[in-house]
Amino acid sequence: AIKKPKKKKVLLMGKSGSGKSSMRSIIFSNYLAKDTRRLGATIDIDLSHVKFLGNLTLNLWDCGGQEAFMENYLSQQRVHVFSNVGVLIYVFDIDSHDVERDLATYQSILSALQQFSPGANIFILIHKMDLVKPELRESVFTERSQRVRDKTKAFAKSWARHTAQVPGSGSPNEDEDIEIQEFATSIWDQSLYKAWASIIHDLVPNLAYIEKHLEQLGKAIEAEELMLFERTSFLVVSYWASKEGMRNPYSDRQERMSNILKSWKQSISRFSGTPRSNEQFRFLDFKSSGFSVIVIKFTINTFLLAVLPPGEARFNSAKLNIEIASETFAFLDVPGQYAKQPAQP
Amino acid sequence: EGGGGPSGQGAARGKPRLLLMGQRRSGKSSISSVVFHKMPPSETLFLESTARVQKESMKSFMDFHVWDFPGQIDVFDTPGYDMDAIFGEIGALIWVIDAQDDYLEAVARLNSTILDLQRQYSNINIEVFIHKVDGLSDDYKLDIQRDITIRIQDELSDHGFENAPVTFHLTSIYNHSIFEAFSKVIQKLIPRLGTLEAMLTSLCRTCRFEKAYLFDVLSKIYIATDSAPVDMASYEICSDYIDVIIDISEVYGTWPRSEEQRRQLEGEPWNMPLEDQISTVWAESCVVISDGNKPIMLREVDTYLALVAIMKEGTHDKMPLVNMNVDVVVKGLIDFFEITKAKGQGIGGVGPPELGQES
Ligand SMILES: Nc1nc2c(ncn2[C@@H]2O[C@H](COP(=O)(O)OP(=O)(O)OP(=O)(O)O)[C@@H](O)[C@H]2O)c(=O)[nH]1
Ligand SMILES: Nc1nc2c(ncn2[C@@H]2O[C@H](COP(=O)(O)OP(=O)(O)O)[C@@H](O)[C@H]2O)c(=O)[nH]1
Ligand SMILES: [Mg+2]
Repeated sequence: AIKKPKKKKVLLMGKSGSGKSSMRSIIFSNYLAKDTRRLGATIDIDLSHVKFLGNLTLNLWDCGGQEAFMENYLSQQRVHVFSNVGVLIYVFDIDSHDVERDLATYQSILSALQQFSPGANIFILIHKMDLVKPELRESVFTERSQRVRDKTKAFAKSWARHTAQVPGSGSPNEDEDIEIQEFATSIWDQSLYKAWASIIHDLVPNLAYIEKHLEQLGKAIEAEELMLFERTSFLVVSYWASKEGMRNPYSDRQERMSNILKSWKQSISRFSGTPRSNEQFRFLDFKSSGFSVIVIKFTINTFLLAVLPPGEARFNSAKLNIEIASETFAFLDVPGQYAKQPAQP
Repeated sequence: EGGGGPSGQGAARGKPRLLLMGQRRSGKSSISSVVFHKMPPSETLFLESTARVQKESMKSFMDFHVWDFPGQIDVFDTPGYDMDAIFGEIGALIWVIDAQDDYLEAVARLNSTILDLQRQYSNINIEVFIHKVDGLSDDYKLDIQRDITIRIQDELSDHGFENAPVTFHLTSIYNHSIFEAFSKVIQKLIPRLGTLEAMLTSLCRTCRFEKAYLFDVLSKIYIATDSAPVDMASYEICSDYIDVIIDISEVYGTWPRSEEQRRQLEGEPWNMPLEDQISTVWAESCVVISDGNKPIMLREVDTYLALVAIMKEGTHDKMPLVNMNVDVVVKGLIDFFEITKAKGQGIGGVGPPELGQES
């Protein structure tokens, strides 16, 4: 019998109260930022299978961060928790009073991860940045992520030395490095979307195929920019911009648009009185003398945003072309389906 | 020039003025930052205490001034303040009371202020914002409102002012209530508001709109609506819609496109100057809500105003016709404000007088 490959885990870890369950609920369960005040501490591990598009299921492990649980993950449950991990998301609370201690715990987690899932991608979220005065945010973030970086480097060194001593583990490699990606985040702004879009990005199957078709569509309709959103999270799955579109100085526009459209969806839910998980809107257009925008329900699991140069005829023809193109992207909705190569013209 | 003699009843001479007063930390600066500068409510935590009067001129559909007074100053007790300069214009005194704090002293100061005003400047509307009511239960909010109202009315009738123009609002910067309150405050200051309302009511009838609001875009205050009753839900969705449009415009509408792109767009297959390809100078937008296929439309009127209307279910395909009717009303609105502006300037002449002292 053919065994299905086990789905890789996404581990969400960090000290208790650092904000793990909050961000997961906002991104995947349509919580508003203020709803998270009601969340209780997570007991042990909260497992969820998050459907993302039709063909990707995230196996999300939200690990309660109270000390007793952490010790347990590192001892009794060590193999269970740390094997077969695809991604580790480690959350640091910027408001922490004992950074040294947080870093020590982080190092123990790294060690378990290196032991059982050495290939896992590591994302570091420096969280609750809204609690820092706006003008200090950049420097505080740089300082804190540098400390995490230093800790990671120090650990990588000692780990390399350690493995070198184990017989049969290959040649010693002193500059063995562990790569991490840091993000400054807060549930109160779009920074959360930037971090999670990067986390998701590497997990989406058929990405190259999606990107190729997005580019074709973008060129056909003279778009400046296209964004493909997953419908529940409104994370950007794929993105294309023309040469002109790339000149846009707002470099954070992907996460901005995620945030804008998702809060809009939630506003509509308040108005319509239907659950936030419902679709809420299926079409939005905007025309001005400088540009036009279409946001449209694209496939079952996605929304498409197109930014166009101004012009009524251009807008109408683009809208029509987008509707036709949505059939090419229907594979995004089919579970387990891998894209078939389109027939040669 | 110190502002001239005492002004007569309701004499609009210059730009209407909103005066924000109340105890320290009651939330005055937060309110003006959130409403007039789009500051996210959570960032008001970092606001410094106001040390001197902050005077701001709001460029808006109707230019008005917002003066934010430091909490510790009592203008009637502090020598050097020119009362005429402060209260001589038509406008509103917005008195902010922190509902989460002990409010007795605030109410006492408000009472003495109202009495002083009633004697000399009865043209000033008094708007009491019972503020920071987020986090309070509905029952408790009403209790506080009742208690404050009674304390003020008793004091006023003791002094023989039964009909002082005092209005109460429950507000918080964490939801739409603060904008709703400002809408009501501003509407009282618009000359010929009835004409505006009639225009919107007639538009709703022709286009079969359920509700239409005319918004001041920057502050999201609605300055007029049709005769159908206002409900918070429809106001909120329209106001949130404006936010979405402002946010999208900021990201895509504020940087200049290249000449190269323009040349391309004007070439094959369109062969037309870009200006001729565009059907509208002012922005227009429509969203179709999934629940009942209900469209909401938005149209810029000028730099400051936007019309937002909730349409009947399933009428998205009627947009071309709707747009024609909206065009007509938009022209009417522009005329209305041209006239109002001309009048205001004709009477008022020069700008507002300055306060009599620096502190
Ligand atoms: N100011 C601020 N507060 C946040 C942020 N994110 C989360 N919080 C708050 O932090 C508190 C704890 O959040 P949780 O998500 O329950 O924390 P957790 O990491 O899941 O905690 P455990 O489950 O015990 O490990 C909640 O009251 C959240 O509202 C943020 O970005 N900024
Ligand atoms: N909970 C809550 N706090 C508010 C509200 N409005 C203002 N605040 C807070 O009250 C404090 C004082 O506000 P500030 O505007 O400086 O007061 P001012 O001295 O009257 O100008 C700040 O920490 C604000 O964040 C509100 O509606 N609700
Ligand atoms: Mg938790």
